[in-house]
Amino acid sequence: MAAPTLTPPAPRLASVSRGGRRPRRRLKDNVTAYAFLAGGLLCFGLFSWYPAGRALVLAFQQSNSVDSATWVGLDNFRLLFDDPEFGAAWRNTFAFTGLALVIGFAVPFALAVLLNELRHAKAFFRLAVYLPVMIPPVVTALLWKWFYDPGPGLFNEVLRFLHLPTSEWTNSTRTALVSLVLVATWANMGGTVLIYLAALQAIPGELYEAAELDGASIWQRIRHVTIPQTRFVMLMLLLLQIVATMQVFTEPFVMTGGGPEDATITVLYLIYKYAFVYLDYGSACALSAMLLAFLGVFSALYLWVTREAT
Amino acid sequence: MRDRLGHRTVGAVLAAGLVLAGAACTSSGDDASAGGKTRITVNCEPPKSAAIDRRSFEEDIAIFEKQNPDIDIVAKDAFPCSDPKTFDAKLAGGQMEDVFYVYFTDVASVIKRKQAADISKYVDEVAGYGDIQQSVLDIFTDDGKTYGLPRTNYSMGLIYNRELFTKAGLDPAKPPATWQEVRAAAKKIAALGNGTVGYADFSASNQGGWHFTAEMYSQGGTVVSEDGKKATVDTPQGRAVLQTLKDMRWTDNSMGSKQLLQITDLQQLMGAGKLGMYLAAPDNLPEIVKKYQGSYEKLAIAPMPGGLDPASRATLLGGDGYMFNRKATPKQIEAGVKWVEFQNLAPGTGANNWERAARNKAPVGLPQPNLWTGATADADNKLKAQYANVPVENYRLFQETEVPGKLEPPQAQQIYSVMDGVMSAVLTNRNANIDDLLSDASAKIDRLLANQR
Repeated sequence: MAAPTLTPPAPRLASVSRGGRRPRRRLKDNVTAYAFLAGGLLCFGLFSWYPAGRALVLAFQQSNSVDSATWVGLDNFRLLFDDPEFGAAWRNTFAFTGLALVIGFAVPFALAVLLNELRHAKAFFRLAVYLPVMIPPVVTALLWKWFYDPGPGLFNEVLRFLHLPTSEWTNSTRTALVSLVLVATWANMGGTVLIYLAALQAIPGELYEAAELDGASIWQRIRHVTIPQTRFVMLMLLLLQIVATMQVFTEPFVMTGGGPEDATITVLYLIYKYAFVYLDYGSACALSAMLLAFLGVFSALYLWVTREAT
Repeated sequence: MRDRLGHRTVGAVLAAGLVLAGAACTSSGDDASAGGKTRITVNCEPPKSAAIDRRSFEEDIAIFEKQNPDIDIVAKDAFPCSDPKTFDAKLAGGQMEDVFYVYFTDVASVIKRKQAADISKYVDEVAGYGDIQQSVLDIFTDDGKTYGLPRTNYSMGLIYNRELFTKAGLDPAKPPATWQEVRAAAKKIAALGNGTVGYADFSASNQGGWHFTAEMYSQGGTVVSEDGKKATVDTPQGRAVLQTLKDMRWTDNSMGSKQLLQITDLQQLMGAGKLGMYLAAPDNLPEIVKKYQGSYEKLAIAPMPGGLDPASRATLLGGDGYMFNRKATPKQIEAGVKWVEFQNLAPGTGANNWERAARNKAPVGLPQPNLWTGATADADNKLKAQYANVPVENYRLFQETEVPGKLEPPQAQQIYSVMDGVMSAVLTNRNANIDDLLSDASAKIDRLLANQR
């Protein structure tokens, strides 16, 4: 009677013993790696994930930051939907993103192809293309504000000199948003061009040689060699560009103040206004959550649709 | 590999989006006074870049502490003195000074949020408190209780360039008194050419809405009803404001072609001698001189022009003051009140030490602040006149013309945001339909007011 209780079944003991040793061993083997990871995790946890989580909670609360916050359910969201600027902000953000892709996606690619073909003064042209990235964004915006001045601004002066019709640029609801897209494209394309350039230079030369031997024209080479070979980079940059341009803020904030007639108010600018002008942090967080949800869903869908290519 | 990259990118996207969202979140804390002496922290010490002002401030602390050996003042400098962006976070984090600076426009919300101490039982100790203008005292009063003390006050008028007036054949001693006269003068000034703008106005970053409100007051109107529940912009006064601007901008072409202007744009234009007139308070004058090379001799300020209903003309009132941390002890509050009295509310001391200001070449003789009436006002004016170093004649009309002051409306920033759109429409679109704009804005403001929390 005593034997079975004193001697546990061998297979069970073996299984527990194996199961207990493995994680311990894995932990021991990777202790250095976990130590390195801890710093990063702590920083991300403390400065990114915790505030982000807090912001999501705050989206459903009303708080004056002194007394404890009160739960308001979906009130912050309801308030946003009732805000006359809410619709305009989303419309403008989508329009800005669309225009930024049309202009800001094609132009850097074309420039990268051009730079890749250069035989002389390569370094100079690369620097020239990248230079705007090094100018602080607010300085860029102020500089372009002067370019766009409908009176003595640089662009209209040039147009007048050429006897061409002038434009109202940021002063008109019709041209304000496009004007800001041009600024954003000019200011940011340097980085994109360099990434494209790196991708282009990674294409094996023999592919072009083979194409040339087959009698492919320059367009055919771009279409059948360059584009397929850089497809991965293009798709990644497209996603990153969409995420970045959906968060446009500096240009409308510095150059137009969201006007004229809300023609350049963007989602991020509206978040800023709620948080720091109206001091309504709950609604600011609610709008941030909406933007996050949109970008998250969009990114997931995008990656799923393009999973073959990436 | 594909999956890992996908997850990583989604993770990066989520993190990027959340970083901004997290910017506004804080927690709470506490602070206390020291033993022996009563220690109080006060903000709004001039920054090191304003060396003379800072030296005067420190000198004042030394004098005050000598007069009150049981009080220890710890000054904190920050520019700007009060930043609404950090206000709540400082209060919540226990970082807010015991005596903290506020704009008149923030007072109601600080009281509503119960972020300031009731100082009713201490104010009677302030000499000359009874002489402070009632309209200013009302700002810090709620339900019979007092929550703060004023520091400076201002009201809007018409700043104009005397030299351009003369060049345009206008008499600088007789500035426009009505909006019709403003329009006529602007046309003549703009006719000087060479990029000269007759009259300029804001239309971006909520400042357009702010000036629309000021212009509504000048026409005898308001932007919200007495009970704060309905918009009152779609009125004859509202139409008059916009029609005047539209006429100046498009019929007379006297407002320049560049719009979406903000305050620094106009100060810069005025300093450069390219602008005839704009609406502002006298506190803009030293800014134009100091930052934009303007000259006091050329600059003058006139009372707010009148419009449709001259009898009910009013001007936008503003200013700043100090409130007291609700976590401060009674002794700290008492000490704080004493300090504010010394620094801001007594002729001849602190900021009202005009002899020292003149010695430091700071402007003396500007028409505002003018917090007091009665004997205290007389005492302050006498000292000001004695040490005046700016052309006070250029402000006499402004000073002598009594225009009733009106505060900003409730939900001011949200309303300004709506009216910014209207101002920018009128100033950037030749075909803007004023009736449609006002009716649309009125509906939007009604919605904002209905959603007020």
